Amino acid sequence: MNKILAIAQNTFKEAIRDKILYSLILFALLMIGSSLILGMISINIETKVTVDVGLSSMSVIGAVIAVFIGINLVHKEVDKRTLYSILAKPVRRTEFILGKFFGLAFTLFVNLVIMAIGLVLVLAYVKGQAYSRGQVTEIHASLFVAVFLIFLQLLLITGIALVFSSFSTPTLSAMFTLALYFIGQFNADIKHFGVEAGNVAVRMITSGLYYLLPNFGNFNVIAGVSHGKPIAAALVVYDVAYSIVYLAILLSAAAMIFSQRNLK
Amino acid sequence: MIAINIHELTKDYFVGFWRKRRVRALDQLSLTVNEGEIFGFLGPNGAGKTTTLKLLMRLIYPTSGHAEILGKPFDDVAMHAHIGYLPENPYFYDYLTAEEFLAYSGRLFGLSSTRVKSKIDELLQVVDLKDARRLQLRKFSKGMLQRAGIAQALINDPEIIFLDEPMSGLDPIGRREIRDLILGLKREGKTVFFSTHILPDVETLCDRVAIIYKGKLLGCGSLTELLVGDSSAIEMVVSQFNYELQTALRLIATDQNVAGNMLRLTLPDQAALFNALDAVRAHGGQVVHVHPLKESFEDYFVKLFANESISKAP
Repeated sequence: MNKILAIAQNTFKEAIRDKILYSLILFALLMIGSSLILGMISINIETKVTVDVGLSSMSVIGAVIAVFIGINLVHKEVDKRTLYSILAKPVRRTEFILGKFFGLAFTLFVNLVIMAIGLVLVLAYVKGQAYSRGQVTEIHASLFVAVFLIFLQLLLITGIALVFSSFSTPTLSAMFTLALYFIGQFNADIKHFGVEAGNVAVRMITSGLYYLLPNFGNFNVIAGVSHGKPIAAALVVYDVAYSIVYLAILLSAAAMIFSQRNLK
Repeated sequence: MIAINIHELTKDYFVGFWRKRRVRALDQLSLTVNEGEIFGFLGPNGAGKTTTLKLLMRLIYPTSGHAEILGKPFDDVAMHAHIGYLPENPYFYDYLTAEEFLAYSGRLFGLSSTRVKSKIDELLQVVDLKDARRLQLRKFSKGMLQRAGIAQALINDPEIIFLDEPMSGLDPIGRREIRDLILGLKREGKTVFFSTHILPDVETLCDRVAIIYKGKLLGCGSLTELLVGDSSAIEMVVSQFNYELQTALRLIATDQNVAGNMLRLTLPDQAALFNALDAVRAHGGQVVHVHPLKESFEDYFVKLFANESISKAP
């Protein structure tokens, strides 16, 4: 456990000493800030626009960070041979994979917290402006639940990137991971298609794909939250359970593939 | 006691994209290394030295064969807490400082933080990186990286240290430092297994050596055992020689050459030496020195590979 923690901390250290991360966070904060301008041209729904743009920015930039750090997690260490001195020590390859995952998970968590603080500050400003016009707007707790669901989604993306990173090159890993990320957004449609098609064979294939491919549809609550709608507790429970199971499968796969590998 | 026991270790690689070809990088390597000795693992580039070390470190998996280190299977994770490894041309996390890197290495061995701290102070002193402890590894020179690599290999106070080409790319001073370090480890009773293609290092350091070429073991033993070859030959140098003496000696010596006012002779055996001494006395020459000709390790090495390529020829 201590070894996994050491590897995770080192992964986090590497991420925060990389300048690219800061430019991405800065970009996300600028996007969140830009919602102010969008809010100006949308009278009376400033809060809605700010929440919508803010959460979407967090989700997209978070995904970019997860993909581009995730695909390099293992590959970079193999390529630069920094792994040699690590794996010769009493460290199992599974421990290495888990350490890498938790390191990036913590990096993403810190990023989301920074972006969430930015969003709350912008919202507070918008609220102040509205108050001066005699309107009352609320910052709902569901905003933070939405951020939590974005975090779960990012963990899944990290897991996917890690699986590809354990055997493939960064370019291919990025393509596969991004493809799965986009497919995952519309996964529910695949199942619907099968149901609508009415053909048993098609329905079996589509439902097979539905369970195999990641399903991010249930994590996307941004539209509802921006309209001030609460998030059903059952959905959150379902998402947490889904993430745990799906991640367990992804991490086992990554660890298994990586354990078999001959390092070049 | 036996520290390392390698038994018929074999590694095949598959190369090519469509039609995979089998390439044997290591062919049934068997050897033993005794506890407390400095063991040189010698061979030209591409002989299979790094492959062997990577197999023992579990970085790649053998096609067949097995090995024991400290009496445990080489892939026993717990056993790896008692050994240290310096990879070839080490690359480390360049965003870490020397201190952070060593702390990370120590934690991977499961050492307590107080133990790691005291060990870091001690090792940075040993490898002479005290002034660079807060410097990021990206700013290190090659020699400094090599020394940082040795420090991380020693952080757990290992019983056996595996060093892959520890002297490559170092200047003479750097090589001298590493050599002293290895001798220091031996004094502490540690076993050192190092690979190299630099012959003088082997001659000055090793108790025993193994020679590997194209994945095969060519020889293994102490240097005196390996270098028995032509040791009966004797070199004699004579000064104040005249033409008659030179002619007389030409009949006795197998090789003769003149350098300045010195005549250098190679004599095949003791009998030839006595004859040569008689000739020198008769013609009034002066003996400068006489000493037995020991085959240099380089000669042995070259001869060995020449034989190997002849026997391979169709």
